[in-house]
Amino acid sequence: MKKVYSYLRYYWWQIPLIFGLVFSQTLLELELPDYMSRIINEGILTRDVPLIIEIGTQMLLIALVVSVLAISISFISARIGASLSNRIRKDLFIKIENFSLIEFEKITTASLITRNTNDVQQVQMMITMMLRMMISAPLYAIIGFSKAYALNASMSWIFAVVIPLLVFMIVTLFTLVTPRYKLVQKLIDKLNLAARENLTGIRVIRAFNAQSSQEEKFHEVSEEVRVNNTILQQIMSFMFPGIMLIMSLSTILIVWVGADRINAQTLNVGDMLAFIQYATSMLFSFVMLSMAFIMYPRAAVSGKRIAEVLAIEPQINDPQYPKTNDCSLCGEIAFENVYFRYPDAQKDVLRDISFTAKASTTTAFIGSTGSGKSTIVNLIPRFYDVTAGSIKVDGVDIRDYKQTTLRDKIGYIPQKGVLFSGSIDSNIRYGTVDAKDEDIVEALDIAQAKEIVAEKAEGLEYLIAQGATNVSGGQKQRLSIARALAKKPEIYIFDDSFSALDYKTDALLRKALKDKLADATVLIVGQRVSTIRHADQIIVLENGTIVGSGTHQQLLEECPVYLEIAASQLSKEELA
Amino acid sequence: MTRGPRMGGPMMAMQGGAKAKNFKSTLMRLVRFSSDYWLQLIFIFLLAIAGTIFAIFSPRLLGDITSKIFEGAMMMAMGVPGASIDMGYVSQMLLIMLALYIASSAFTYFQSFLMAGVAQKITYAFRRMITEKISKVPLKYYDSEPFGDILSRITNDVDTIANSLQQSVTSVVTSVTTVIGILIMMLIINVPMTMISLISLPVSLILIGSIVKVGQNYFRQRAAKLGELNGMIEENFGAHSIVKAFNAEKRSIEKFDKLSDSLTETTWKAEFISGMMMPIISFISNLSYVAVVVLGGYLVVDGKIRVGDIQSFIQYTRNFSQPINQTAQIANILQSTVAAAERVFEFLDEDEEPKESTNPATLDHVEGSVTFENVSFGYSQDNVFIQQLNIDVKPGQRIAIVGPTGAGKTTLINLLMRFYDVNHGSIKIDGVDIRDLKRKDLRKIFGMVLQDTWLFNGSIRENIAFSNHDATFEEIVQAADNAKADHFIKTLPDGYDMVINEEASNISAGQKQLLTIARAFLADPAILILDEATSSVDTRTEVLIQKAMSKLMRGRTSFIIAHRLSTIRDADNILVINQGSVIEQGTHTELMAKNGFYAQLYQSQFEFTSA
Repeated sequence: MKKVYSYLRYYWWQIPLIFGLVFSQTLLELELPDYMSRIINEGILTRDVPLIIEIGTQMLLIALVVSVLAISISFISARIGASLSNRIRKDLFIKIENFSLIEFEKITTASLITRNTNDVQQVQMMITMMLRMMISAPLYAIIGFSKAYALNASMSWIFAVVIPLLVFMIVTLFTLVTPRYKLVQKLIDKLNLAARENLTGIRVIRAFNAQSSQEEKFHEVSEEVRVNNTILQQIMSFMFPGIMLIMSLSTILIVWVGADRINAQTLNVGDMLAFIQYATSMLFSFVMLSMAFIMYPRAAVSGKRIAEVLAIEPQINDPQYPKTNDCSLCGEIAFENVYFRYPDAQKDVLRDISFTAKASTTTAFIGSTGSGKSTIVNLIPRFYDVTAGSIKVDGVDIRDYKQTTLRDKIGYIPQKGVLFSGSIDSNIRYGTVDAKDEDIVEALDIAQAKEIVAEKAEGLEYLIAQGATNVSGGQKQRLSIARALAKKPEIYIFDDSFSALDYKTDALLRKALKDKLADATVLIVGQRVSTIRHADQIIVLENGTIVGSGTHQQLLEECPVYLEIAASQLSKEELA
Repeated sequence: MTRGPRMGGPMMAMQGGAKAKNFKSTLMRLVRFSSDYWLQLIFIFLLAIAGTIFAIFSPRLLGDITSKIFEGAMMMAMGVPGASIDMGYVSQMLLIMLALYIASSAFTYFQSFLMAGVAQKITYAFRRMITEKISKVPLKYYDSEPFGDILSRITNDVDTIANSLQQSVTSVVTSVTTVIGILIMMLIINVPMTMISLISLPVSLILIGSIVKVGQNYFRQRAAKLGELNGMIEENFGAHSIVKAFNAEKRSIEKFDKLSDSLTETTWKAEFISGMMMPIISFISNLSYVAVVVLGGYLVVDGKIRVGDIQSFIQYTRNFSQPINQTAQIANILQSTVAAAERVFEFLDEDEEPKESTNPATLDHVEGSVTFENVSFGYSQDNVFIQQLNIDVKPGQRIAIVGPTGAGKTTLINLLMRFYDVNHGSIKIDGVDIRDLKRKDLRKIFGMVLQDTWLFNGSIRENIAFSNHDATFEEIVQAADNAKADHFIKTLPDGYDMVINEEASNISAGQKQLLTIARAFLADPAILILDEATSSVDTRTEVLIQKAMSKLMRGRTSFIIAHRLSTIRDADNILVINQGSVIEQGTHTELMAKNGFYAQLYQSQFEFTSA
């Protein structure tokens, strides 16, 4: 939270200004009851109509100034709140953009998104609220009290009775309500889950005639929500009438004591009425203050979550003296005794991996899920750093390159086709903004994506929606291949990128790649033997170690794991 | 958590909300829907009215007391001998006031207390109806509507209705009562004073109205920009590895900065305008305050009213403007409530599956022959997917369904299970039209193992027993054993009692597949529908799955959405599907001899790159 407060330093002169404005506003606003008191005491008692009008005019002027002050406060606080959250939001985004995948896994993508969106929003609301309420409420209380005290010290014991009562009530209610509120939130999550389950499983549920038992499950949670929500609302029902009653009680007490004082001629009527208004303002400010204190923890949690992200130092950084190499098109990759383990994990994901992918050759990786084949290729663009050993690209340890230099050499195609909202053109140019138009066309051609563009009326300007919901899985995959091709890198990494394609497109695509990418080094992670069987080198992985490497034919003869995989996918004749 | 309408003030009105398409009829329907609670609601409204009325008397009483005190003070000031304040009267009146306040608070409390019960019961009834409806709506609806939309009807929309019932409905009643009650009280005290204190009202309404309008505009813009920004954040963080791989961090940050700045600009304007509201309202209320005090002072001097009346008026004017200022907000809340109710009713009104046959046939012993006779089907009227399809499957045969992705292989399954009904022709099992069977009985005949391994958040035992709730534990273990799943289940921390988590991520993909096979074993169906997995699980489990599946198929008619060559070749009949229709059928040898689409597909898959 401290980290978030430190952003206030950018507003070192606005904040005292707000403080001053709020102070004057409160002071002036609490003057109004005095004027009313004067109207009663001096005007009415002496039947002096011109005096009444004169005081009235003064009151109006004060009210006007108060409003102008309040508007200025709202102006400044709105600007501070918005601009402060803008700073936080931008700093967070820059920070997170520079995170490696390790940090993403640690905090999770979903949580990072929430922190950059909702949490910032929460903090903004809190800052704006603090600037308006947290400054003004205590001032109200203090000034109100001192004025009341100055007016009649002997009556101020009433506050000592009423204020604790009020605070006690609000705090008690919220202590009672908070755990139940959390429970209801949890139950609502459960309700959502039950509903989601009913929808996602609708075919299976119907196929197994399980509708009524599923409904029963939902009704049970629904009933739990009902019972707890009812109790919660019933407790909260106490809040408003309670506050009202305590405020009325204070008025009654003031009049009762006041009448006695007036009788004893130690107080006059106007002052008693002013006293009532001070009391009301004060109590109200305590209500606001209690609310603020209750809302504060929620915003504080957000602030903490933001600070946490800002404090993280990314684990993958550029070297101090980055190396470059003039070998503009070689593309040799060498793994030397590479070990890898995710941070905080118990076991290595990769153990003692060594191999060389020579320039202009194709190397494929195959193995069951969890064998580590994707992890290997994710180490090359430095999404993660090796735990031990080293990886060399073009003869240089990848940790000695600037990250951008290294990644410029690589065309990476992920398992799931991920596109960004915007035109197809902007997506293909994602890695090379100033690519030539011919290059774009060629990339689309190789990636078998020409027809996708051709069938759209807008062509390359066709807008991909957020989450690429308006193109199919296979189309996404082909476009993301085209995106990598347009970069014309020396190394291609296909991280299981063919799985969303049907067999026919898969085959056509592989043929085109073979013809056009003859100069490039290609790494393919695959699941279908048919996809990878023609690679120059196939590396078979199991449980994080290499259990075989060679060509398809060699492996069929030498590697039992490979044979097992192949046998489950190919016919006997094909294996022969 | 707070009482929205009272604490929120007119600022909340700016946030705007969804609008109902048909406000009136939906509102009436909502009223009818809650008919079980009319009596209770009326009682609650009476309590609310009573609570308000009691509160309305208090300022008047306080005024009277003040006047009495003032008279006493005047007398004392004028030196009238023996003059003093009538403390007996004052105490008595204060006690009455206290009683009134207590009564008013008690009524308000009970009103809100009872309302909580009713509101939650109505909410529960809504949820219950929606859930029951879910089972009755044909699958067509779910295939065309996004899940999120249906989910938000069950949760968000129903919540909106609940909150509104809890807070806004009674506040309409109390607001109206307050306005009328205060007006009467003010008129009783003094007519000119009433006039002067109401003068500010239209000014206030016009000002609030125009500020709300401008504010709404900014809030709408802000919501749009916030959506855009959040979208961008989600997109970038979701594809972080791509951003890195293409060195696009800098460009993303530049784009983000622009969006963020533009959001900030709108945000502070929206906040500022909503923040302006309170000072303006309070200036206007101060205006009437001064007017009341000045005119009141004059009238007191003139002897027309008493000092206490000024006091009463000050309180009345304050209390009067509150419900009026709230009108915009309440109207907004009502709008969005009715809009929410409309969305819920829309779902409740969806067409249900066609009625069951009135005289259902029964199949005591299913042999497992399946025939498609001249079947035509389309997901929509103008798009006929399957035309004149004839298939004849003898008991125990294996049918492989092959074709490119998206060709419509699942359509056949949809028709067999009666998730969809055929447009023309008929599907018969053992010679009985499936439409003559009860859906429940029809589905009992089938066992399904889909690629999408749906499991629910419950124990493994419960998940297997999903297909047969009456199964004994021995039967469950037997089914798991048949499905080659018993071994791995026993190695899990709690064995059969291990709870599968929400995302079903605590067991592997292959294990999930085995559980769904066990589920199908337990159902012991006559006919099977299998969907072979395309993505490979680890090799050993893969072997288990294949073994389990072939054991499951033994002696049963099976339809297999096939991806493996071995499955296809062993099939008694292959249905080749492309663009929604069965374009070829026959055995592997027959189809290869035909040298058509199948042969081409086969070659592209396995020989193409050999060249």
